This record gives sequence, structure tokens and C-alpha cells, in this order.
Amino acid sequence: MPIVLACVAGLLAVSALSLPLLRHRAATAAVYSACLAISLVLCAAAVLSIGQADSETVLPLGLPWLGAHIRLDPLAYAFLAIVNFGAASASLYAIGYGRHEAEPARVLPFYPAFLAAMNLVVIADDAYSFLFAWELMSLASWALVMARHHAAKTAYAGLVYLIMASFGTFALLFAFGLLAGAHGDYAFDAIRAHHLSPGLAGLALVLAVVGAGSKAGLVPLHVWLPLAHPAAPSHVSALMSGVMTKVAIYAFIRVTFDLMGAPAWWWSLPALLLGGATAAIGVLYALMETDLKRVLAYSTIENVGIIFIAIGLALAFKASGLPGAAALALTAALFHSLNHMLFKSTLFFGAGSVIVATGEQDMERLGGLIHRMPISSAAFLAASMAISALPPFNGFASEWLIFQSILVSPQLPRMGLKLLVPAVGVLLALAAALAAACFVRAFGATYLGRPRTTAAGEAREADRWSLAAMLTCATLCLLTGLFPGIVIDWLQPAVTVLVAGQMPPQAAIPWLSIVPISASRSSYNGFLLFAFVAVSASFAAVVVHRFASRMVRKAPFWDCGYPGLGVVAQYSATSLAQPIRRVFATVAFAAHEQAEMPPPGDLRPASLRRFLRDPVWHFMYAPVASAVGASATLLNHVQFFTIRRYLSFVFVALIVLLVVLALWG
Amino acid sequence: MSPSPLAFDIAHMFAGGLVLVSFMMLYQDRLLPLINVLSLHSLLLALSVAWQAHIQDKPDLYVTAVIALGFKSIVIPMALRRMVVRMELHREVEVAVGTGMTMLLGIGLVALSMDLMLRVTAGANALVREDVALALSVVLLGLLMMVTRRNAISQVIGFMSIENGLILGGAGARGMPLVVEISVAFSVLVAFIVIGIFLFRIRERFDTVDLQALDRFRGEHR
Amino acid sequence: MGITSALAAQFGQMLLVLALAPALTGLTRKMKARLQRRIGPPIFQPYRDLRRLFNKDVVLADNSSWLFRVAPYLIFAATWVAAALVPTFQTGLLFSWAGDLIAIVALLGAARFVQAVAALDTGTSFGGIGASREIMIAALAEPAMIMVVFTVALVAGSTQLSTIAAFMADTGGLRVSLAMALVALIIVALAENARIPVDNPSTHLEVTMVHEAMVLEYSGRHLAMIELAASLKLLLYISIIACIFFPFGLITDGAGLSAHAISLAAYLLKVTAASLLLATLETVIAKMRVFRVPNLLGVALMLGLLGTLLLFVSGGM
Repeated sequence: MPIVLACVAGLLAVSALSLPLLRHRAATAAVYSACLAISLVLCAAAVLSIGQADSETVLPLGLPWLGAHIRLDPLAYAFLAIVNFGAASASLYAIGYGRHEAEPARVLPFYPAFLAAMNLVVIADDAYSFLFAWELMSLASWALVMARHHAAKTAYAGLVYLIMASFGTFALLFAFGLLAGAHGDYAFDAIRAHHLSPGLAGLALVLAVVGAGSKAGLVPLHVWLPLAHPAAPSHVSALMSGVMTKVAIYAFIRVTFDLMGAPAWWWSLPALLLGGATAAIGVLYALMETDLKRVLAYSTIENVGIIFIAIGLALAFKASGLPGAAALALTAALFHSLNHMLFKSTLFFGAGSVIVATGEQDMERLGGLIHRMPISSAAFLAASMAISALPPFNGFASEWLIFQSILVSPQLPRMGLKLLVPAVGVLLALAAALAAACFVRAFGATYLGRPRTTAAGEAREADRWSLAAMLTCATLCLLTGLFPGIVIDWLQPAVTVLVAGQMPPQAAIPWLSIVPISASRSSYNGFLLFAFVAVSASFAAVVVHRFASRMVRKAPFWDCGYPGLGVVAQYSATSLAQPIRRVFATVAFAAHEQAEMPPPGDLRPASLRRFLRDPVWHFMYAPVASAVGASATLLNHVQFFTIRRYLSFVFVALIVLLVVLALWG
Repeated sequence: MSPSPLAFDIAHMFAGGLVLVSFMMLYQDRLLPLINVLSLHSLLLALSVAWQAHIQDKPDLYVTAVIALGFKSIVIPMALRRMVVRMELHREVEVAVGTGMTMLLGIGLVALSMDLMLRVTAGANALVREDVALALSVVLLGLLMMVTRRNAISQVIGFMSIENGLILGGAGARGMPLVVEISVAFSVLVAFIVIGIFLFRIRERFDTVDLQALDRFRGEHR
Repeated sequence: MGITSALAAQFGQMLLVLALAPALTGLTRKMKARLQRRIGPPIFQPYRDLRRLFNKDVVLADNSSWLFRVAPYLIFAATWVAAALVPTFQTGLLFSWAGDLIAIVALLGAARFVQAVAALDTGTSFGGIGASREIMIAALAEPAMIMVVFTVALVAGSTQLSTIAAFMADTGGLRVSLAMALVALIIVALAENARIPVDNPSTHLEVTMVHEAMVLEYSGRHLAMIELAASLKLLLYISIIACIFFPFGLITDGAGLSAHAISLAAYLLKVTAASLLLATLETVIAKMRVFRVPNLLGVALMLGLLGTLLLFVSGGM
């Protein structure tokens, strides 16, 4: 406990100390090194103490009669580890990457504050401190998004982010208000003791979904995410995608599993339905996008959907009195949160290095980087395979656990849930397959083929710090995929607290396999599969090279006898997605193409235009935005009244209020 | 009396097969193969009803089975086939609402009917429950087929599959007395009248419909 | 029970599938040729092709990277390991618990990922067209396969192939869900193995190719590895279908020598029958237009989902 508090205070101190140092050349390295050290300490403390008893304390800060309640329980430790590992790797990356920042003064003070705020959200134990930390997290990240304020898109992204963040905080505020009740105390202990009627619980659930979901990027509350995450510097993008969305997921788990008491079966519906929709639509968005960082941001939305599916399953199982199955699903959710932090950080680091090396982030202007940036391309490839849920990486291990918990669903007593869960399973499988397509495309268009621009052709490999961060995360993607049992066992204290059940201990199982329910039912051994694949591949290579030919000749690639095919004749990111666009997006995004072929003799170039319509924006936000615009135009007249009329407005308002009071009383 | 597991499995197999064939109908967008699917649908119905007759020990159901086999599986498809060939409709490709969308709707309908029927018939024995649930699915799928198709003949086929679903439900529930058989035969007659009417309408408007379809189909996708 | 005999069974099976896979390809080609009243190449022609390819030089495109050279071995190894996890004539293999059916599907998905990425490496249009179509097909085939796995796993109460096979052999009954799963699995298998009507394994027309377009730049030993992997994948799918839906003749560990012989014969019989059916199917139906394929795979997906839903009815509740 003292360590954690000291570290958070340390982060805040770094934030404050960075102000006088800003002009100094070594400021970047100093701030990020300090953040790295503090985050590593926090992460280590969290990893080691997850099994320990809860500790709580009240600090004399915040509201005078409430104080700041701080509590460390296994769930908080689990998320502290996720948050701080992501923070540590981002800081490591930024020691190198941050040197390329044009205006470090716009990043350095806010970065430690952002880290501190995320830690505070996780350890807060009363609604006031929670919301304070939450808002601090939103504002600090908003400031970081605005770091590149010269770009026109950034200002727009910042505006949308600010609106959505305050909207989400409002929803959470009301949710806590409902949970605490009319006379309630805002400490979480008091909230736990207070029980709601089903109607109010439903309302609180909806508000929690809106509040946490808008931060996590749940469709249809995701609109800010693909704008804001890519606009920030890449290490901050990694933090926002990999870590801040996890803090939002923490908030949802904390409210639904802990604060709201025993769940009813229908609590699982919003998480399952929205999660399934988010997973499928998020990855479809990603496939339509050509900006590398936006692709990654949309893929974050997809992964949030996957995690919400698992949370929904856990809620359904918990409400139906199946603690073992609930433990399985919740473990899968937490495990996938951890995994997503690892591979999404790697991917954003890779994207950041590409941007530093080429100045481009549009995949249509990249290509061929595998030759110039071999190490970072290998890390990006590993993370791509991990996020596509392919063995032996960690993404597969966690999605495998989710599939296993879907297969337990026939034990659910509700017919509706029984029919719903397989349908959500289809969406999950679809999302996994589309994610593989998305990352074949992202990796292929960025790193493979021939460079499409001179900038891409002259790229240089990233610096040592960045490479170290990427390789660390990519290696951990592999290791947690090979030995998932260790992570599962480590997560069990957190799971046990929330669902009063746990998975069978994996350490006792021979050969490092994982067994979610029983050995005859299903088991998976990533390490053995990896070893087999590695051994057979090397065996095959050795045998072939030894006993057959090992000669290699170089030649131009096959151009159908049509020499001089320029680099633009390659398949581009847009054309790679064309079949999928045609199959899936015709309905989802009203995608269509318009080809214009001038007649022979006409010198105009032929053109092919592609049209997409974002259904969420078109049907949900655009009407609201235009309504706001229209009413603002109307209210504009108010600005030009005389003083006398303003006074009369105030007077009338006062009278009306008094009359209302008189009638009410 | 609860049926033996094997009897249940076989009845379930036939009834489920009927749902499967209904989906094949939704998927098939050419007319002649569609008619073949209809005769397969009716054949499965005949088998299913015959099996019900066997396990419920109700000989009159065999009559229903024979009617289904003779009329619906052989005579009507043959008549339809001749009509399609004579009117040179057999090259026509139906431009339905996108197949994927239709199938998705179909799945939704099946889920709906199961959820509903299993809840409503909670007290009945397992054989009846699954039969009624599947029969409702067949009926809904037939309706969906009629809604999504523009061509008269495929609408007639959809209509017939609705009727097959009704018979399946009737046979599973109690076994219909022969009186009802007459009404079934009557509805077959109605179907013929419908075919006749549509036939005239098609003959009148065939050209325009065809050309529109061709125009829209020039692009590869819809 | 000795671990040596279990090890021997496991590695014996690995070698068996490796040795058998080209013969299956040859047999299918031969039968297809005979059905089309051609004489066709001998059954053992694929072995000769492989030997010739192994001894040829590799011609690498100028701008290919390390990925391009490593990919064939990875594709081969992933497919081979996946094939080793499927029971052919014996269940309860030593390492069968290392991966269940979902892991097998995912291993094949990893092989496909590597293949699609390698196809993009040289930056030719062929690689691009192949990869873009392959990921479109996979985006539908993989969920369909997962739904088949769901159906089977819900019936048998397990995702382990050995357990499923044992369950099916003991208590398999007629279940409409399983029939649907079988149809869906066959469609998925056709799509995954690039067979007609989804893709044509013997086409050389650019606009129709999927799998062949992806491997166009490969030559020599690299091409041999990929061809071998493709044969293995076909055998793997046939083995999966045989072991789930036709589990007769499967033995468990520790059976006698004569039982081994009988089950091996049964396995060969099943593979031959499947090959004959495949050849017949490829002869009687035509290849689909690329954008009709999603409809077909959509049907497989729906069948899988429908099979799962119907299970809730037959369960009686």
C-alpha cells in the first residue's frame, strides 16, 4: 500500500517537476526514465501482491467529510499490473521516440499526470475520488491528444473527444448517484451495502454501460476513439488504446460485479449484444481504413468488444449460479485485457517507428519497410499474429478460453440466453477471422512489397529504446501465449473475489497445458504446439537443405511479360480490402464504387471512386449535431439583446422559480 | 407415452431435415432447381408423416403421407416444371433480396419460433414439442420465401412449403382425422387456382419483368 | 503401458500422414481424370513432382525478404502439426491433448496468415489478388468451421477430437444437427482446400485463381513444401470428417496388431471413398464466380448456427 501511494505521488511529482525542466535538452529522457522506473516498481508490486489481503486507507484529501478512500484488492492489483506494464513499456519506447517530438513541452507535463490518473482510478474506493481520477485521466489524455495542435484534424478530434468524455463522466456520475441512493454515502463500502430495486438497477446498469463503454469505445459510443487515439503521439496512442480502455473495462467490472451486488440474468444482455456488435463492426471499420494508426484504433474497438463479450458471459453465468463457468469467462476477459495491452502497444510502437522513419502514416504511401526496418517489422508481425488470435501467441489463448466458456452456455437456464450466446459466438469467430484479414492487410501494405514513395524507400530502423520496447512486448506476447497457465493462476485471486468461483489450478497440470474445465473436455498446450512447429520447420529446412537442393538464384518477379510495372501496380491497402468491402460493407456501410471511364480519345484519366457511409455517425450523431447547430443558431439572437431585456429575462426566471416553489410547497 | 430415443431421433431428423430443405429453397435462386427442392421438401414431409404414423400407430396418417408423396412430391412439381419450360422461364435467375440477408432473417425466424414454441408447449412431450417448433419454423420460412421473391412460381412454391409445415405440425400434434385431409386436398386445389391466375399474369407481363431483371443484373452483384 | 509405444504411435501417425498425403492428391487427380474419360497421370506422380521440385534451384524475386524464404517451412510445419493432432486410425494419441479442434483450426489459420503475408512480399499483383481473395474466403470459412466445432462439441461435450470420436462411436445417433454440421464441414473443407466450386486447383487463368495466385512466385523446394502442405491439409480435412462422422474402425491405444491392421485398412478405405466423392463432385459441378463464394460459405455458416440452435430443441429441455 505505501509503495503504491508513494509511486502515484511520485508520478504527480514528476509531472510538476517537469515544468521547470521543460527548456532543458535532457528533459525528455529524464521524465520518461523516471516514469519507466516508477511504473516498473508499481507493476512489480502489483504482480507480487495480488494474492494478499485487501488493504484500505482513508487519505485526508478531497471532500472534507468523505476523504479519499483508497483500497487495494486483487482486482485492483490485476489492473494495476496491466496499467503499469503498459505505462512502463510506453515510457521505455518514448525515451527514444520522444526525441522526435517537435514540442515536447506539450507532452512531458501531462504524461506522468495521465499515468498517475489511471492508477488512481484503479485504486479509488469512493465515488468522488473515482470520478475525480477519471476526469483527470480524461483531461490529461485530452491534453496529450492536443499535443500536435497544428494539424487541422487534431482540433476536431480533441473537440469530439472532450464532448464524449464529459458525456461519459456524466453517465458515470449519475450511475454512482443511483447506486449510492438518496441518502447514501459515496464510499464504495456504503454503495455495496445499498441494494437497488430492479428498475433502478437497470437504469444504473445502462448508465454504467454508457459511462464505461464510451471510454472503452463500445459501438455506438466509439466515434471519438478512432479520431483521438491516432492524433496523439504514438506512445500515448499505445497508452490510450492499450491501457486507458482497460481502465474503462475495470470501471465496468467494478460496478457490475462488485458494487451492484448479485446480478440478474438480463444484466448480461447489454454487454453481450453490444460486445458482439462492437467486435464485428470495429474490425470492419478497420478494414475500410488506410491510415495505419486509425486501423489500430479501430482494432482496439474490436478487442474491447471481445472483452465485453467475455464479461457478458461471466455476468450470465454468475447470475445463473454457475460460478465455475463465470470464473472461466471472467478470467478470459481479464486475460484478453492483458494480452490486448501487450500486442496493441507493440503495434502502436511499430506504427510510431514507421511514422518517424518515413513521415507517412497512410498505408497507401508505405510499403517495402521489411527490408529497411527488419527488427521492428518482425515485432509488428508477431503482434499482428497475436491480435489475429493465431497460435502460439497469447491472443489465441484468451480467445480460446472465451470459446470454451461459450461452449458451457447450454447449462444456462434461460432459453433466450441459450439462443443468444451461439449467435454472439458467430460474431466473435467472424471478428477473429476478419482481424486476421485486417492484419494481413496492415502488415502487407506497410512492410511488404515495394516502397510506394521515396520516403518509404529511404526509411531507417528505429532507435535502440524503441526497439527494446517493441521486442519486450512482442516477446511477452509469445511467452504469455506459450505459458498461459501461469497468467491464469495469477489472475485467480481477482476472479475469486468477484464471482466466488475459480478455475482449476493450472500449475498442477502436467506439461504446462491449460485445462479450463476438465481434461477430457478440452485442453490446450501452446508451448508443445510451438515446440512441434518450430522443430518440424527446422527439421524440414535442414533435411531439404542437406539432402536436396540449396541453390538460390535471384531474378525479377513475374510480370506476365509486361515489363516496367511501376510500384503503383502493386496491390494497395484499398484493393486488398476490396473483396471484403464488397461482401460485408455493402450492407454495413452502404459501400459502393463509381468507375468513370472516359471514351477513347478523351485525355482525362479514368477514375474509380469509393463511397462509404459510417452508419453510426450518419444515423446517431449527425442528427444530434445538426439539431445542436440549429438550436445554437436560434439562440444566437439572444446574444444581441439590450441590458434591459437581459434583466427582464432574469427577473422572469426568478418569478417563475418562485411560483414553482409556491405551487410545489 | 414418451417415445424411444431412436424413434425420437428419426422424427427429429426428418423434421429438422425439412427446415434444412426450407433453407435450401431460400438459397436457390433458379427456378428448375427450386422445383426439385420443393419435391424433396414434400418427400421429406411424406417420410416424416409416415414415421409419425408408425410411432403413433395411426394408419390414417399414412394416407396423408401418400397424398404428400403423390401430389406434392411428384404431380405438382411435374406440372410446375412443364409450365416453366413452356413459358421459357427456366433461364430466369431470381433477383431476390440478397441471399445472405434472407438466410440471416431465416435463422432469426427459426430462433424465434423455437424460443416461442418451447416456452408455450412446456408441458407436452418432447416429440410434440420439437415437431411443433420445427413446423412453425417451416411455416415462417415459407412466408419469408413468399415475401422475398418476386416471381410468381417461386411464390407458389413458398406457399406450398408453408402448407407442408402446417401438415408437419398437424401430424406431430395429434394426427389429423381424415376430414382434415379433405381440406388439405382442397387447399391443393386452391394452390392450382393460384397458379392458374399467376400464369395469366405472368404471360401478360412477362416481357417487362424479364427486361428489368436483365438490366439490373448486368452488373455482377445485384 | 509403455511411453515408447505411445511415442511410436504418435510419430508413426505423423509419418503416415506425411507419406499418404501426396498419394491422396494423386488418387484424386487420377479418379477425376478417369471420370472425364482421360487416362490421367499415375497415382504416384505427386511424389515424382515433389522430388523434382526439391532438387531444383529456387528462383527468388529480387525484392523478396526473409519472410518469403521462411514462410514455406512455417506453412508446412503448422499444417503437419495440425494433421498430427487429428486421429487417423487411432484415438488417444500421446500429444492429442496439446490442441483441441479449435486449436487445429487456428493452426491452419496461422498457416494461412503466413501464406497470405508471404504472397504480398514480392509486391506483384498476383500475390495481391490471391491474398485479398483468400482473406475474404477465410473470413467466412473460419466462422463456419467454428460453428461446426460448436455443434459437434455441444453434442459430444468436448472439443477434443479423441473424445468426440469415442462419443460418436458409442452413442452417435441420427441427429439433424450433425447432418447440418457435416454439410457445413464439407463446404468449408472444399473452400479451405481450394477445390471446385470455390477455387480450381488446376487452373492457370489469372482471374480465377486464389490459392495458385498466392504461390505464383514460389519455385523449387519452397514450392514443394507448399504443395506438400496443401496435400496434407486435404488429408487433414478428410481425416477430421472421417473421425467425427464415420468413427468406425478407430482403435484406442494398446490394441493388438490385428486390430491395428484392420483400423488402418478402414482408414485407407475412408480416405479412398472421400477421394472418389471429391473427384465426382469436382467433375459434376462447375467453379463459382468469386463473388458467389460468399453465398456458399454463408450457407455453411448458417447451417452451423442452425445446427447449434436445433440442438436446443433435440435436447428436450
